[in-house]
Amino acid sequence: MKAYDSNAYRLFTFANYLILLAIGLLCVLPMFHLLAVSFSSKGPANANLVGLWPIGFTTEAYAEAFTNTKYLKSFLVTFERIALGVTINMILTFLLAYPLSKESRDFPLRSVYVWFIVFTMLFGGGLIPSYMLMKQLHLMDTIWALVLPGAVPVFNVIMLLNFFRQLPKELEESAFMDGASHMVSLIRIYVPLSMPAIATLTLFSVVGHWNSWFDGLIYMKSPDHYPLQTYLQILLEQTKNAITLDGAKQISEVAKRSLYSAQIFMAMLPILLVYPFLQKYFVKGIVLGSVKG
Amino acid sequence: MMLPGIVFLIIFNYVPMVGISIAFQDYNPTKGFFGSEWVGLRYFKFMLELPDTATVVRNTLIIAGLKILFGFLVPILFALLLNEVRQTLVKRMVQTMVYFPHFLSWVILGGILIDILSMQGGAVNQILSWFSVDPIFFLGDPQWFRAVLISTDVWKEFGFSTIIYLAALSGINPQLYEAAVIDGANRWKQTLNITIPGILPVAVLMATLSIGGILNAGFDQIFNLYNALVYDTGDIIDTYVYRIGLVDAQYSLATAVGLFKSVVSLILISVSYALAYRFANYRIF
Repeated sequence: MKAYDSNAYRLFTFANYLILLAIGLLCVLPMFHLLAVSFSSKGPANANLVGLWPIGFTTEAYAEAFTNTKYLKSFLVTFERIALGVTINMILTFLLAYPLSKESRDFPLRSVYVWFIVFTMLFGGGLIPSYMLMKQLHLMDTIWALVLPGAVPVFNVIMLLNFFRQLPKELEESAFMDGASHMVSLIRIYVPLSMPAIATLTLFSVVGHWNSWFDGLIYMKSPDHYPLQTYLQILLEQTKNAITLDGAKQISEVAKRSLYSAQIFMAMLPILLVYPFLQKYFVKGIVLGSVKG
Repeated sequence: MMLPGIVFLIIFNYVPMVGISIAFQDYNPTKGFFGSEWVGLRYFKFMLELPDTATVVRNTLIIAGLKILFGFLVPILFALLLNEVRQTLVKRMVQTMVYFPHFLSWVILGGILIDILSMQGGAVNQILSWFSVDPIFFLGDPQWFRAVLISTDVWKEFGFSTIIYLAALSGINPQLYEAAVIDGANRWKQTLNITIPGILPVAVLMATLSIGGILNAGFDQIFNLYNALVYDTGDIIDTYVYRIGLVDAQYSLATAVGLFKSVVSLILISVSYALAYRFANYRIF
């Protein structure tokens, strides 16, 4: 395309690359800074002298984090939560999306059920009634309080339902000819064809459970049951109060800066490692879920 | 097949809707849901008289409105710039970097931001000092707090929001560009006359759908960044409900405020969906 190669366009391209690279770096440099602080020795870290490279390189903070039983326990709670929660999320998503993806003539009450689940996205009881319900059900301080309220990820159901609808109907029809039931058709035909969707929805579900902190904060009474992000939230709250409210406390709190950074960094490491590989799937998933023809 | 999912939705989504009736009771935890006295609209009247209510509603509208505005414009501009990049590798690399913050929680980002925005040697204040600007107390100054909320929200989410516009851009028929080149259009003219009209329907759709979120100013973000110093400009309906409800245990009042928000949101979301259906033929399923 010779027509593009004017000098002005070349200049634009050069500037564009610079701008985009700068914007990209702006999104990740704060995390590099965090990493640098976590590997710095206490003095420079506390004096806030660390930029993007550790000063006085040491793994002390990580050693300390690894001996902190409360922190390690919170990891375990989060892993347990993910194992339970993601499994429940995925099973319920498939069980709901499959029938709802059928045509109305095969499933007459379809639109009633769709509205029944969509309505929960539009309106809810709110914080206090949900909290009361957990108390009434005696789920407080159990792992179920973190897993069950979000057992049905309605948004994921809608995405999978839309994905199912664009799969070729003929496959299923021929299976029915051979005497397959709906359950067999779901497991033998739909699940294998949905691998990209499964990858996307599992990523969303894992990230959702990994990042949740508020339910842990309000439903867990004992600090031993805090999931990872709730544990970090409590630390954050202390740091915040030290910096903004009470100048005197500041000195003792800030002394833990490199430790704090190490703990945060370890909490984001799994996402950092996993998500680039799933990128192409979730991009497709998002597009499918939001703009449809 | 649908039974388990439906049961969970009834228990954890529909039962709390019944619990809303706490807002019409003088709820007393020792007497419970059935023993508490019914007081009609007393808590709603009380809510309207509270000076805090006006403040949090105003804050919510301002913060959410500005977030919607910038969260709408920045991804479009960014997608247009990224669309000009021809090297797949560079494009992929930039995308990977800008999507990343979306996947982190506000707890983690809060920890990072408090460090970067701090008065004593935080990165932003250091950069400002090169231009001999005095250190700014970003997280403790009511004047600056909203700006912090909006810019950090855009920073976290603009990359991810770009995905939709990039998809729309890749859907534009390349023949249109070829025809334009033959007619002598330069890149700028092509952008103006083909690219922008090409993504306009998606942009209108996204703008319409965002109306429904005007009362969601972002609980996670504000809860993790705010403090008593900035309640005046940073306290929103959701954080207020948390404080009066779960911290001060004023269950009925908190439920009333929450219900007010839910009802207004329901109306706004319904209107935005109806508009999106009418003008963009958008359906969620």
